Amino acid sequence: MIAPMPVSLLINGEPMDAVVLPRLSLADFLRENLKLTGTHVGCEHGVCGACTIRVDGEIVRSCLMLAVQAHGASIETIEGLSDSGEVADLQAAFRQRNALQCGYCTPGMLITAQDLLKQSPVPDRAAIRQHLSGNYCRCTGYQAIVDAVEATAKARAGRSA
Amino acid sequence: MKAAAFAYARATSVVNALELLAAHGDKAKVLSGGQSLMPAMNLRLLSPDLLVDIGGLAELQGVAVKGGTLVIGALTRHVDLLRSAEVALHAPLLREAAAHIAHPAIRNRGTLGGSLAHADPASELPACIAVLDATIVVRAPSGERRIAATEFFKGIYETALLPQELLVAVEMPARGKGSAFFFQEYARRHGDYAIAGLAARATIDDGRFSDLRLGFFAVGDRPLLAAAASKLTNVSVTPTVLADAAATLVDELDPQGDQQASPAMRRHLAQVLLRRCVAALLARPDLETGAAQ
Repeated sequence: MIAPMPVSLLINGEPMDAVVLPRLSLADFLRENLKLTGTHVGCEHGVCGACTIRVDGEIVRSCLMLAVQAHGASIETIEGLSDSGEVADLQAAFRQRNALQCGYCTPGMLITAQDLLKQSPVPDRAAIRQHLSGNYCRCTGYQAIVDAVEATAKARAGRSA
Repeated sequence: MKAAAFAYARATSVVNALELLAAHGDKAKVLSGGQSLMPAMNLRLLSPDLLVDIGGLAELQGVAVKGGTLVIGALTRHVDLLRSAEVALHAPLLREAAAHIAHPAIRNRGTLGGSLAHADPASELPACIAVLDATIVVRAPSGERRIAATEFFKGIYETALLPQELLVAVEMPARGKGSAFFFQEYARRHGDYAIAGLAARATIDDGRFSDLRLGFFAVGDRPLLAAAASKLTNVSVTPTVLADAAATLVDELDPQGDQQASPAMRRHLAQVLLRRCVAALLARPDLETGAAQ
């Protein structure tokens, strides 16, 4: 059973079959096997948040999940969220507010922020900080990221009002 | 880093998981949510030969009230504790505590059973279930046994669980009504490991505690049900009584020092938590300052 195992899963809506070693993390599977390199690998022990993806609609650390555990699951990566336009306004707000510099944390930040905005349409700054507390950024000092998320929340609320 | 090679088996039932554990003994590890196991494996602190993945077992999921007992399946995730109406009604302490466990992406995977079996002294849920007088249900090939939460934790990452046993559920008296709860912890940043924490359940009659259970965590090698609580029960709590209880508490504690805090700092914080807890539960803000000394 140390031998490769078959997995079938959905990646950004597309069905996929693969054969993977049990020790392969979902993050490495996405990056190395599928070349979906928007999912970043930082600490590899669940602390930094750079590898955040969505599994069956909920955000998870892809470095703390094995590819074999994703059998039967629906995986969404930053490539999927970006291509569908789901986070286009959030991305624009990040750019406008300089909420990224080196960009390493940005995919995880965007997915986590979008997760918050789906659950809580107009969060205050404390709620934004708390939801993003598991995502490290070493460049921005977070202020600009919180600004961008807050501005997007307000803009979306204005549009739906 | 990345985990060393291992074999992986997706358990098809609890019986199947028990067969695998019986066959491989302590060379196997149970994979639940993986939020503590995978970091340990990626850091090469653990290198099991076999992972037995119980993540897909429906029989270990769900929250139910049976008679006066709240039964929580081992695979109940931290996010489920936050969302469950039964937990909010019958064990609101678990809901309060779950909000302090790591971050949303971790709470979406980490499970109650996994947290208890892992037995990290800094984690919230072991202290909560000790305070809630819970029983841990464990299954082995030979049958089921029940272990009191207060007997379950044996040390840092050590429990009463045997290698061939699987933690399947947690049972506790459904006692949301008539009880008051307190939960607070100190951490450098929301979601970080606690430096010191306190979970408490109280019954209050006429401004006095008729029952008080104080569960401290991150201040010893396992959750501590403080005997200091007896100093506060069935008496009129004055600043002097509270100071006496705080002194008793300090004698009970044996905290470790680490890069986050010294033993002395942990003792101090535990006393602060005790005063805050008593002041909050009795709605007596005057008690929080500890001005009597």
